[in-house]
Amino acid sequence: MAVAPVLPKLVGQRTKRREDPRLIRGRGTYVDDIALIGMQHIVFKRSDVAHGRIRSIDTSAAKAMDGVEAVFTGAEIAEFLGPMPIGTPFPSPEHRAVAVDTVRFAGEPVAVVVAADRYIARDAADAIVVTYDTLPAVVDLELAMTGKPTVIHPAFPNNLAIALVPSGTGVSADGSTVDDSAVDAAFAKAEVVISQRMMNQRLAPSAMEPRGVVAHFEPGKESMTIWSSTQNPHILRSFIAALTGLGQDRVRAIAPEVGGGFGAKINIYGEEYVTAAISKRLGIPVKWTEDRSEAFVATTHGRDILGYVDLAAKRDGTVLGLKIRLIADIGAYNMLLTAAIPTLTMMMANATYNIPAIRTTLTEVFTNKTPTDAYRGAGRPEATYFVERAMDMLARELKMDPAELRRKNFIKPSQFPFATQMGAIYDSGDYEKALDLALKNAKWDQLKAERDAARAQGRLVGLGLSMYVEVCGIGPSAALPTGGWEHSQVTIERDGRISATTGASPHGQGNETTFAQMLADQFGVPMDDITILHGDTGVVKQGIGTFGSRSQAVGGAALQMAGAKVKTKMAKFAAALLEAHEDDLVFENGMISVKGSPASGKSFASVAAYAYVPVPLPPGLEPGLSDEAFFEPSNNTYPFGCHISMMEIDRQTGEPTLLRMVAVDDAGNLINPLIVEGQIHGGLAQGIGQAMIEEVVYNEDGQLMTGSFMDYAIPRAIDFPRFELDATVTPTPVNPLGAKGVGEAGTLGSTPSIVAAAVDALSGFGVKHIDMMLRPEKLWRIIQGGQQGQGGQS
Amino acid sequence: MAQISMTVNGKVRKGNVDPRMLLVHFLREQLRLTGTHIGCDTTQCGACTVLVDGRSAKSCTIFAVQADGSTVTTIEGLAPDGDLHPLQEGFWEEHGLQCGYCTPGMIMAAVTLLKDNPKPSEREIREGISGNFCRCTGYQHIVNAIQYAANKG
Repeated sequence: MAVAPVLPKLVGQRTKRREDPRLIRGRGTYVDDIALIGMQHIVFKRSDVAHGRIRSIDTSAAKAMDGVEAVFTGAEIAEFLGPMPIGTPFPSPEHRAVAVDTVRFAGEPVAVVVAADRYIARDAADAIVVTYDTLPAVVDLELAMTGKPTVIHPAFPNNLAIALVPSGTGVSADGSTVDDSAVDAAFAKAEVVISQRMMNQRLAPSAMEPRGVVAHFEPGKESMTIWSSTQNPHILRSFIAALTGLGQDRVRAIAPEVGGGFGAKINIYGEEYVTAAISKRLGIPVKWTEDRSEAFVATTHGRDILGYVDLAAKRDGTVLGLKIRLIADIGAYNMLLTAAIPTLTMMMANATYNIPAIRTTLTEVFTNKTPTDAYRGAGRPEATYFVERAMDMLARELKMDPAELRRKNFIKPSQFPFATQMGAIYDSGDYEKALDLALKNAKWDQLKAERDAARAQGRLVGLGLSMYVEVCGIGPSAALPTGGWEHSQVTIERDGRISATTGASPHGQGNETTFAQMLADQFGVPMDDITILHGDTGVVKQGIGTFGSRSQAVGGAALQMAGAKVKTKMAKFAAALLEAHEDDLVFENGMISVKGSPASGKSFASVAAYAYVPVPLPPGLEPGLSDEAFFEPSNNTYPFGCHISMMEIDRQTGEPTLLRMVAVDDAGNLINPLIVEGQIHGGLAQGIGQAMIEEVVYNEDGQLMTGSFMDYAIPRAIDFPRFELDATVTPTPVNPLGAKGVGEAGTLGSTPSIVAAAVDALSGFGVKHIDMMLRPEKLWRIIQGGQQGQGGQS
Repeated sequence: MAQISMTVNGKVRKGNVDPRMLLVHFLREQLRLTGTHIGCDTTQCGACTVLVDGRSAKSCTIFAVQADGSTVTTIEGLAPDGDLHPLQEGFWEEHGLQCGYCTPGMIMAAVTLLKDNPKPSEREIREGISGNFCRCTGYQHIVNAIQYAANKG
């Protein structure tokens, strides 16, 4: 018999992606690529005022146009579609997918057109005439908190969605009792206190594929298929089933190829509900495709959290206490996770340090802006930014090396699992190791000498360093109203090929590759024999979705569990064929054989065939090879790392240039280091974008001033130096893979590192802090007058 | 309506289009060549980049009628069936894509970049693709992919 080829182990290898052949040929299918017979197109008429009462809507001209199938006002939609659900337990004002009588942000839908093609639908939307009684726009966050200039939702006085929720040392688990004595004592004995107001500005997530929906209700079957550019088709299915009244067994949700999400495609949007409801109402397939300029107002924004940070320390650098007062501008409504995002900022305030006493408070405020929700990092970059900026300011105040200040305060490896002041249990960590590797890779001392030499020539060069720890692998069911598990089903087909489903729903993460690597190793078969299925609730029976860097840590663990169950059963069939004990079998090189005698084995495919025609059926076994698993993690994971940057600022123009970006990230065990690198690159790009060029800006009337890529700067290739990556590996005990998750890491350490570099470069001008983004004009003013940047007072 | 005719991926294709129809919509919706994507409405992002008469062009900013009589190549026609263009190969080898949405446009822009400058420096590559946005990769692996193709060419 022929000798089976030896298959290499794939986990840990830089395996090329299996998704790529279709994508590089233009053969992927994204939502807007779907065309169904009889499909009509939806365009939303959107409010052009930020705040106002709808006085009148005249749809007669639109309805009279050739090719227009239907026009619905918000009031008409409300007759067959209920209010939008949210996913958090916080109190929330009623939110209609299409405004009924009041609009609360510019871009809020007020009417819907259904027409034969997108051009006609747009013409018809333009022909709808809406008049408003405009109301004062609530734009300024801190003014909004005083109820000025007006109150947006009458049931929420002073525009407070959440008023001053405390967390941290001395706060009971249910928040009912608050003891400030430890925090007060820490500040009372402080030898130095750093106090700074810092703005973590509003961003537009800007996945390259705007959102889109196709809904196809089949009246005969009383069932709905909905395709959407979403990160979590199973959650979409649940909500669509509830809002259409169809039930989850009658709704199939499909996330086809999804062109990026970055958190903004977690939320289930009004456009999804409306498209589904109209398809059901009219009994025809309908499509909505978001324009980019529409995406800037209609897709949730990220960040927009103001922090008042106070850090207490001894003069030797020992940190004694931390206070952060957080005020989040959440826009006009609560969306799916809106209210929960800033709570993650509180949760991660302990950062990587032993801080004996921490008090955070959180206030969330409604304004007349697009609602916020998750954006890559979702609350954790904000926490990292606030704490690490304060640490950098402390180092500067104490004239300590920023690395040494961190080292002095680190949580030590022996302290894990570490219970933080914020109620989190950090799973594992070795922060000093990551710091040391980053310092070594950056050649920190040499870099300081280079900076000083450049300064001696009059150049404005600065260095910045930041640590981070994030919460990933989200995350036990107690933490998520949807459940925090993930699901997988592994099937050995009759021909010996393997199909496996995962409830993780990738949109660029490459799970078809990493998950196939894992199964190939688990079953000892070639990766080409494996297909990973995802993103279709008709095929993937259960799932939660992809967010919070959970695909590998939760979804990968479910996959491995399901694989293990099937493998155990397959071993029983093989044992019967080989007249051996199942515990003595090995699966390798496409064979199942008794350990030590591969020549006597049976091919993987022949055992599979036997399992489906089991003559004779081994006692105690059912035919077939298919099993599923739900993995419920016992905890979140807490990846960490260190980011070092070097920046030069042009003395004449204030233009900053990032010269170096050195990152050491510890995401635990890595399945595919190539894909991990890609994830970190992408995260760094978005973090650098936030630090240097991205900012959503509204004017005083609540009009979005950054409503296209002409005004909102997402980074281009020329904006980056070559990233210098490295990794330490501290596995997590929370899941059987030891993998922590890496999707968001790059957005965490980069912003404080870069701002620290800018402050360092301009330290000769007396500046202590500069709010993001690092607009050249802002830096130029500091250089000119020695004036402090916006928010630069300390 | 206007009658148009153009050679798309080697085949003569005729259409009857509204004069305001964008070339990208003609390609995607009438010819069903959906590999060319739409990422913005202001000619910034480059997801819709195709070759018109051998030069990269943003097909969202050309009316279909303007391409009448032209030769158009989309990502589907860049390499014969079953083969990969060196740039496609480079993007696969170097992990030059994640979600894949910007990728066809990025590749088509790089075709012209390498045609004009077969051995570009890293800086020249970064400048050369600055009319194309990618939100996933941070561009480093895209730069590597284009270098891979340049080294092969």
